[in-house]
Amino acid sequence: MDVTIRENTTDYDSPLGGSLPAADTEDELRLEVATQWQLMWWKFRKHKLAMFSGGVVILYYVVAIFAEFFAPWQRTQYIADYVYAPPQPIHLFHDGKPDLHVKGLKFERDPRSFKKIWEVDEESKIDVGFFVRGSEYKIGLHWLPIPYINDLYFTTDRHFFGPKDPTQPMYLMGADKSGRDVLSRLIYSTRISLSVGLVGVVISLILGIVLGGLSGLIGGWVDNVVQRIIEIVMSVPDLPIMLAIAASVPLDWSVVQVYFIITILIALRSWTGLARVVRSKFLSLREDDFILAARLDGAPQRRLIFRHMLPSFYSHIIASMTLSLPGMIIGETALSFLGLGLRPPAVSWGVMLQETQRVAVLALYPWLLWPAVAVIIIVLAFNFLGDGLRDAADPY
Amino acid sequence: MWQYILRRSVYMIFTVWIISIITFAVIQLPPGDYVTTMVSQMIQSGMDDLPPDFEAQIRAQYGLDQPMYVQYAKWLRNIVVKGEFGYSYIYRRDARTIILERLPVSFAISSFSILFVWIVALPIGIYSAVKQYSKADYFFTFVGFIGLAIPNFLFALILLFLSYRYGNRAMIGLFSQEYETAPWNLAKFLDLVKHLWIPVIIIGTAGTAGLIRTMRANLLDELNKPYVDTARSKGLSEGTLLWKYPVRHALNPFVSTIGWILPSLIAGELIVSIVLNLPTTGPVVYNALLDQDMYVAAGIILILSTLTVLGTFISDLLLAVLDPRIRLQ
Repeated sequence: MDVTIRENTTDYDSPLGGSLPAADTEDELRLEVATQWQLMWWKFRKHKLAMFSGGVVILYYVVAIFAEFFAPWQRTQYIADYVYAPPQPIHLFHDGKPDLHVKGLKFERDPRSFKKIWEVDEESKIDVGFFVRGSEYKIGLHWLPIPYINDLYFTTDRHFFGPKDPTQPMYLMGADKSGRDVLSRLIYSTRISLSVGLVGVVISLILGIVLGGLSGLIGGWVDNVVQRIIEIVMSVPDLPIMLAIAASVPLDWSVVQVYFIITILIALRSWTGLARVVRSKFLSLREDDFILAARLDGAPQRRLIFRHMLPSFYSHIIASMTLSLPGMIIGETALSFLGLGLRPPAVSWGVMLQETQRVAVLALYPWLLWPAVAVIIIVLAFNFLGDGLRDAADPY
Repeated sequence: MWQYILRRSVYMIFTVWIISIITFAVIQLPPGDYVTTMVSQMIQSGMDDLPPDFEAQIRAQYGLDQPMYVQYAKWLRNIVVKGEFGYSYIYRRDARTIILERLPVSFAISSFSILFVWIVALPIGIYSAVKQYSKADYFFTFVGFIGLAIPNFLFALILLFLSYRYGNRAMIGLFSQEYETAPWNLAKFLDLVKHLWIPVIIIGTAGTAGLIRTMRANLLDELNKPYVDTARSKGLSEGTLLWKYPVRHALNPFVSTIGWILPSLIAGELIVSIVLNLPTTGPVVYNALLDQDMYVAAGIILILSTLTVLGTFISDLLLAVLDPRIRLQ
């Protein structure tokens, strides 16, 4: 149908196009029979920046899920000689012919300070390719603690890209203090940094919906108490308290324990906004005609809440969840950066940035700041995406 | 109005009290206390002939053997009655003097940051709304988004790197070397101002970006209302029209946002101070938390929280003065 409309409007013999009015009603019909989610999708699609950001977010998550495949190296793999090796730029041509490669590195000792001085070895050429063989890894559900299901995996040694000879060094973003590849670690970090946000959102979602729902549905003194709690939580400057709690996590706790305590901590400061949205939605919906109609039809309270009220603001919840994700990612990064969050061997963007706390390190090895760039891009993307979702959340 | 003030004051005191309990409880969380650390340090340094009840003695001396609620009650009573915050185990001094040394600088940075946020956000917000969809509007929206997206401490890190690389000097600290230990005088103050703008910009950027967007949205709402058309049709000049009604009306968020900007400014000041090594409460509270210097940490957290609540209280009052509808609720 769309095609015919376009043909008609470009037809110079009849500029108004005979079938246009018909198309209008057709379009209106399409709007009227569309579901709420379809309407939202159409509205969201118009927001170009949000669409693009959505793509960026999906890309990040794909990289996070298949980190082993995308990272040229393993998380802990290192070459001791290449401590703080500078980034090797990628070259597309060799002798005028397309040939993906990087140049090798060599170093000399400064005779006085014994500092390594890196130089590009113009003679050497390390071939780089896609889908190359490297270290072996498992892909699948092997990490689940459920028997039989965790047999569903396969082992491979293919990597998305890397040096054709896996023993050759390739540091596209330089090396860190142990000679590990910054790019590979950045890719592995994506997994933890993004999942902290997701788990945190789930926790704050449960808190927000339960407390906000109670507050809005029951009202009275429950509402009063919950509102006071929310106001107190909001007026407490969260960072000092978070630092205090994070500093008290015992040193002998396992990576998983620390991960969950940090995630809960981050979630605890962001549920209030969601609780307010849920409460005000319930309050206004309670008075709405369609709820009254359902109630008069004899629908029980549970059906009213889960069948009629909640679905009418799912979209708002999704939008405010998306907008609260960047804060959580920043929170984890900040805590880990200060050394109070996740600890090695866990690797997140904040953990990687820890080294840059020392000015000397920052000045000499600026490529250690790459994780900061990753944080800024994903935070921007979530903000734009959340904005687009919020605009689309109310399509009528 | 008086009833409103009274209600808000009671409520504010209650909030501060709750915060004091949370603070004290959180500070007590780590296993062991300062005495455990101290004794293990002494044993490590070769003093293994400590009397068996040494640990208990020290603990009794500092009052650490009493139940937690007694310690809390004493701590709170000393703060309220005598204004004493306890003893710093690390610095071996009164916690109050340490806090008082650092607090003015923290306060100055936070206040200047608020001023910066207002001074920058007000004209830009108005301009963006009046010239909606102009190139400048798009530019400010873009810059605003970037400002919101870059976390304070990463912004500080990036500026630190740039200043080192291109300015040949790392922008850490708040004073030039020659003034660091000098007594306060005009020259030292000017030196402080010269250094202060960097943290102020870093801390204020996110708030500025947020406020520009609120201001723009609010003013746009006002500009589309019928009374603006009426005034225009009666021949009021654009300038008078803009400043006399819609801008005034859209100014409300400037006051009300103190409430939510203040906690983020104080948090921002904290973390940026740690990164840039500023002589504020930030690094002190950070180290105190790591070393379990509990009275210093608790004191600073309590003061920062109280200042935040106080700021919110003042903004609520101002808002009630500006907008009668709020008082009547």
